[in-house]
Amino acid sequence: MKAEARRALFSFLIELLVYSVLVIGYFFLVLHLLGPWLFNLDREHVRIYAITAVGLIVVQAVLLEWLTTFLLRLIRGRSE
Amino acid sequence: MIAMYFPISGADISPVYLSVVGFLIGVMGGFFGVGGSFIAGPALRAAGLNWNVAVGTDLAHIVGKSVVAAKRHRALGNVDLRLGLIMAIGTMGGVEVGVQLIEMLKRAGNVNLVVSVISIAVYISISSFMLWESRKTLRAQRGKTLSAHSKKDESSFGHVTASIQRVPLWPMISLPTSGVKAISLWIIILVSFIGGLFSGFLGGGAGYIRMPMMVYVLGIPTHLAVGTDLFEIIISASYGTFTHALKGNVDILIALVMHTGAAIGAQIGAILTQYFAGPKIRLFFVPLPLIGAAIVIYTLFTGHKL
Repeated sequence: MKAEARRALFSFLIELLVYSVLVIGYFFLVLHLLGPWLFNLDREHVRIYAITAVGLIVVQAVLLEWLTTFLLRLIRGRSE
Repeated sequence: MIAMYFPISGADISPVYLSVVGFLIGVMGGFFGVGGSFIAGPALRAAGLNWNVAVGTDLAHIVGKSVVAAKRHRALGNVDLRLGLIMAIGTMGGVEVGVQLIEMLKRAGNVNLVVSVISIAVYISISSFMLWESRKTLRAQRGKTLSAHSKKDESSFGHVTASIQRVPLWPMISLPTSGVKAISLWIIILVSFIGGLFSGFLGGGAGYIRMPMMVYVLGIPTHLAVGTDLFEIIISASYGTFTHALKGNVDILIALVMHTGAAIGAQIGAILTQYFAGPKIRLFFVPLPLIGAAIVIYTLFTGHKL
């Protein structure tokens, strides 16, 4: 049981490391590409900004959920 | 920590700080089914955002986090879609009434004092009740074999729940996913309305009041209450994000960065529920409203913003 728990923790730490690297890349993509566009949208077309804000967070949620599940399966599959 | 500039709110905040806060709230959300607004709001405020932007941005972040956690709970069979959709209707009405009450207090000039005192009373009451109930149930279960994987739940409040389910107020509906044979539609609407009222009046998703009410009043098993509450929060928080964004209270870039941490945290929180029985989940929930109460007491007595 302890060995199983250790293996699960190890898998999680690897997942966290890979995820962190991907997310750092994503920060720069989001901030540098979407930043100015969203800023203008917020100032000039607030209704579109409001819809876009909800849409963006939902799309990101689905994509990141897929990514974390994929990473977990990949890493657990390799460690077994 | 390296700070990044967020043009919409004009704030300089470290993305690592935002991700870590998101991660912690994600674990809480996945495990307890609460939005974690009583932690996220002050954390954003501490990072230098105005309260209105902190509340609006937190709501946007709650949408993303709840989508991830609810999807995971749905895969585990912890979401009652029928119940969630019915509750969304009551929540919308409750939110509107809560917002109108705030506007009334604003006009009277005592909004901060009244909301602070009510929130302290509510948070302490919820913690005290859940501590008492969880310990009583765990004591009663001692000696029995209890599986964390079981969807069946036990509660010391069971007799009251049974009485509520017997109230013959037409139309009566059944919730097969939750194991409820018959319950009045109006009781479900009332429960969700009260949750919405707290959400509109005290802010956030109000999972801290809706989740216990689903367990003790409607008789929904804790695992299902957590998943269904998250599903319901997606609808009500999306509505809140939209209206706050129209008023200039949402920095979606901050919410997106915060959510990167929440995505992985929510996954861990949802998996953790499989290793604990219902009463234990409720016992772990006890300190959370107290943290919210401590923050409100601090701001009330010192006058400082966090």
